[in-house]
Amino acid sequence: MATEASTPGPPEAPETGEPAAEPRHGLRILILWVVASVICCPIVYFVWGPHLPPGAMSSSAANQQFDLTVLATIATPVFLGVVIYMGYALTFWRAKDGDETDGPPIHGNAKIQVTWIAATSTIVLALFVFGTIELVTVQGAGAGQGPQPIWKPDSSNILQVQVIGQQWAWTYRYPQFGGFETTQLELPLNQPVEFNVTSLDVIHSFWAYQLGVKADANPGVNNIAYTTPKHTGGFVVRCAELCGLWHGAMFNYGTVVSPAAFQTWAQQTETQLASVTKMLPPYALTYDPTGIANLGKVLVQLGIGGAGGGYYPPNDPEQP
Amino acid sequence: MAIEIQPESAQAPGGREPAAEPKARPWWLRPAAHTALLGAIIGYALGHLLGNAISSGYQQLPLSDSNDTPIVLGYLFGILGWLIGLGIFNDPVRQMLGRPVIGQEEDEPVGGIAKYFRYTLDHKVVGIQYLFAMIGYFLTGGLFAMAIRAELLSPTYHLLTPSAYLEVVGEHGTMMMMMMTSVVLGPLGNYLVPLMVGSKRVAFPRIEALSFWLTPCAFIILLSSLLVGGFPTGWTGYAPLSIQAGEGMDGYAIAFGLMGISAILAAFNIVVTIICYRAPGMRWSRLPMFVWAMLTTGFLLVLAAPVLVGGMYMIITDRTAQTAFFVNQLGGSSYLYEDLFWFFGHPEVYILALPGFGIVSEIIPVFCRKPLFGYKIAAAGMLGVAILSFFVWQHHLFDSGIDPDMRPLFMLTTELISIPTGFIYLVAMGTFWKAKIRLTVPMLFALGMYFNFLIGGISGVVLSDVPADTTSHGSFFVMAHFHYTIMGGLIFAFFGGLYYWLPKMMGIKLNERLGKLHFWTMFIFFNSTFLPLFAVGELGQPRRVFEYARNLETLNDWVSISAFLLGVSLLIFLVNFVMSTLFWRVREVGNPWRSRGLEWQVSSPPPRNNFAHVPVVLSGPYEYGDPKALPVADLNPPAGVIGGVLAGTEA
Repeated sequence: MATEASTPGPPEAPETGEPAAEPRHGLRILILWVVASVICCPIVYFVWGPHLPPGAMSSSAANQQFDLTVLATIATPVFLGVVIYMGYALTFWRAKDGDETDGPPIHGNAKIQVTWIAATSTIVLALFVFGTIELVTVQGAGAGQGPQPIWKPDSSNILQVQVIGQQWAWTYRYPQFGGFETTQLELPLNQPVEFNVTSLDVIHSFWAYQLGVKADANPGVNNIAYTTPKHTGGFVVRCAELCGLWHGAMFNYGTVVSPAAFQTWAQQTETQLASVTKMLPPYALTYDPTGIANLGKVLVQLGIGGAGGGYYPPNDPEQP
Repeated sequence: MAIEIQPESAQAPGGREPAAEPKARPWWLRPAAHTALLGAIIGYALGHLLGNAISSGYQQLPLSDSNDTPIVLGYLFGILGWLIGLGIFNDPVRQMLGRPVIGQEEDEPVGGIAKYFRYTLDHKVVGIQYLFAMIGYFLTGGLFAMAIRAELLSPTYHLLTPSAYLEVVGEHGTMMMMMMTSVVLGPLGNYLVPLMVGSKRVAFPRIEALSFWLTPCAFIILLSSLLVGGFPTGWTGYAPLSIQAGEGMDGYAIAFGLMGISAILAAFNIVVTIICYRAPGMRWSRLPMFVWAMLTTGFLLVLAAPVLVGGMYMIITDRTAQTAFFVNQLGGSSYLYEDLFWFFGHPEVYILALPGFGIVSEIIPVFCRKPLFGYKIAAAGMLGVAILSFFVWQHHLFDSGIDPDMRPLFMLTTELISIPTGFIYLVAMGTFWKAKIRLTVPMLFALGMYFNFLIGGISGVVLSDVPADTTSHGSFFVMAHFHYTIMGGLIFAFFGGLYYWLPKMMGIKLNERLGKLHFWTMFIFFNSTFLPLFAVGELGQPRRVFEYARNLETLNDWVSISAFLLGVSLLIFLVNFVMSTLFWRVREVGNPWRSRGLEWQVSSPPPRNNFAHVPVVLSGPYEYGDPKALPVADLNPPAGVIGGVLAGTEA
């Protein structure tokens, strides 16, 4: 062992006096790693990928699913590399019982260190470029962009839906249909939607899961998010920011329907709710609830029951 | 140079009049925890009365439920009363009055446990105080977690009312994040850093002791908010919900701010000790990796925690003095709170992670019997993480409606931070290369930490990708990520460090078989609890909810049962800890791990002043396998060596 201390360089120098050469650990680990990655990466990308959340119901959801697939495929060799190495070390480099001697005094290896730094930096920068492309080319990836969005769908036919969060219910206003307010979220297929998300009291977060949209609802702020539904069906809307007592019960359901069915529904609802819409404050991008008259009456008329009603008596200090 | 070679004079801190011998008084007459409690109660009563007197004329705030001034003033005066009762002002007041300083805090007998309940200036006593306290805080927070998982067994049948559930969620999160800020710096940092750098004391013993005694205050104040209905915001305390909330919110703000102050004090002391109190020969390139971790953690705390204290202060003034920092309708902004909180909050999580890196980097060379591979890379990794951690906080706000231009920028910085974090893995893997690995309990915990943090770190990179974050933000995916990094990383490392250094700190070895049982049960049930939560989050369950989709019930039940079993594994630890330290007391006074660390070259536990003479450090602590390596230090330097070194530096 005395001669081992001379060079901390290439770690594969065979020990003097041993009949067999030291096994090439580095090569073995590399082979194990490459084989495992070659097997697992395609499985992750092709088999698991299409089933990854949040599904492909909208443009932003499909985008996120693709993102997650790529991230998982890149994470797989990273995870496998470390785990295989550790497993190999724990199998082959354990101290034998009664062996109290030290290991070789290797302080470092410039080549390995530089390679590692270069490789990790490359992966990270590649991920950054990939993430930015995915963010920019799909109209902001369904995330809330604030009041001045910079990644918008280049279409002249964007449906505007205002999402109003309040403790503890979601309501939706359609300014292009007279500004009626409803608890039903219906969207037409294949038309870009612009969600204008705001809140009347505390911070909520509008998370339409299958649509891949998440935008925080801040009081006094308009937070805009875009997506384009690609399949009909139902989706869940949950509040994703703790907003008080009934945060856990603050959810409802929406549907994506055909454009014709949507038009019918919108026009019908506009007519049905005309008397209520007159009582509402005029459509605006943000609201100050202390300035809204008749808010309590409107809530009752709209039938916001369950978590949003009944626990909010009209004489509560939060109510004007 | 800060090494004192003149005898301390009577009027210097800690010195005393030669003639003024302290009177021998029974323990219940000397200021200690019991007088502190008395002071706290009296202080609270006074503060509450004062608050009622000055604020009875205030009208109700538009977005607040009640008048919080008496409660806030009560807490503040209570803290002051606690400190007065503890006797920390006794000697400074004596000095101000020109009377002889008694300096009794340093004159503690070697045996006995009374000194652990007093304001004691020996950093080793403070370390032990912190150790027991931190274990207590951790287990309390864990009990709340058991309640959360019990509630989440069913999506429709509720064990707790919504308000009780939110209280429990908030208490669990805040207890853990608040208290675990100092879980390593407190017990292990305070105890070991002077021993590791070759110093007889810390730079500011009074500040260090004060930092400890603020923690029981913060703990009690946080729990006291349960008496008035708890706080509904979770540990993040987002305004305007925190402004709207009831009286329990004040307990949160005061406790968190107080803990921030405690951590700033502890960090400040550690940083100055490391920079100024290193023994001759303890160059930066010979500093143990644990000390590098304490240094970087200390800097992070000193720079980031004040922002937290400021944010908590603003919550308190918004709730009592009718300011409107965070109320949109009155001209404030909810974004201000989010930014203040997360500007602290992100360095906070690295404050939690870095000590974990330091502990495992310290443990693995000992049990691989090899030098730490890439010492400079490891130190650079810690520095890189610390510096970059100030530039990433907006990733908590990706969906909040921040300026969209900011998002690619913060995605870049967040992804960049994984590079220095990766250095820790490079160093570990290099250390394992052709090593002679011994799977002792500390080594098992270190290996567990590397595995868990790998998963946690990779999930962090997924979260840093803004499109992927759209689904993951605010969901159980985030929960799984931070539990993997904080619990799987820091807490596993903490237990590793505890099993490793308890022989040093208390001269007692923890039972090895129970230790292995503790590790394996904790590792298996930890992974079985938190790995499914990635899926639960991605499948649409938000955080902090008590109702979830029915198709997620099976996963949630699996997670809950695993969590209960994880709690059992921690009970195994508690049994091991209590039995080993109080009953079995298997003595271990030497260097059981045959470590080259400087702290191991003195007896276990160390003598009162750590070293009989200031050591001269001759080589680094990781020189295993090199027969030509010098011993780590000369503990008995010949006469004149230190004087010669000093003369050399001043010449």
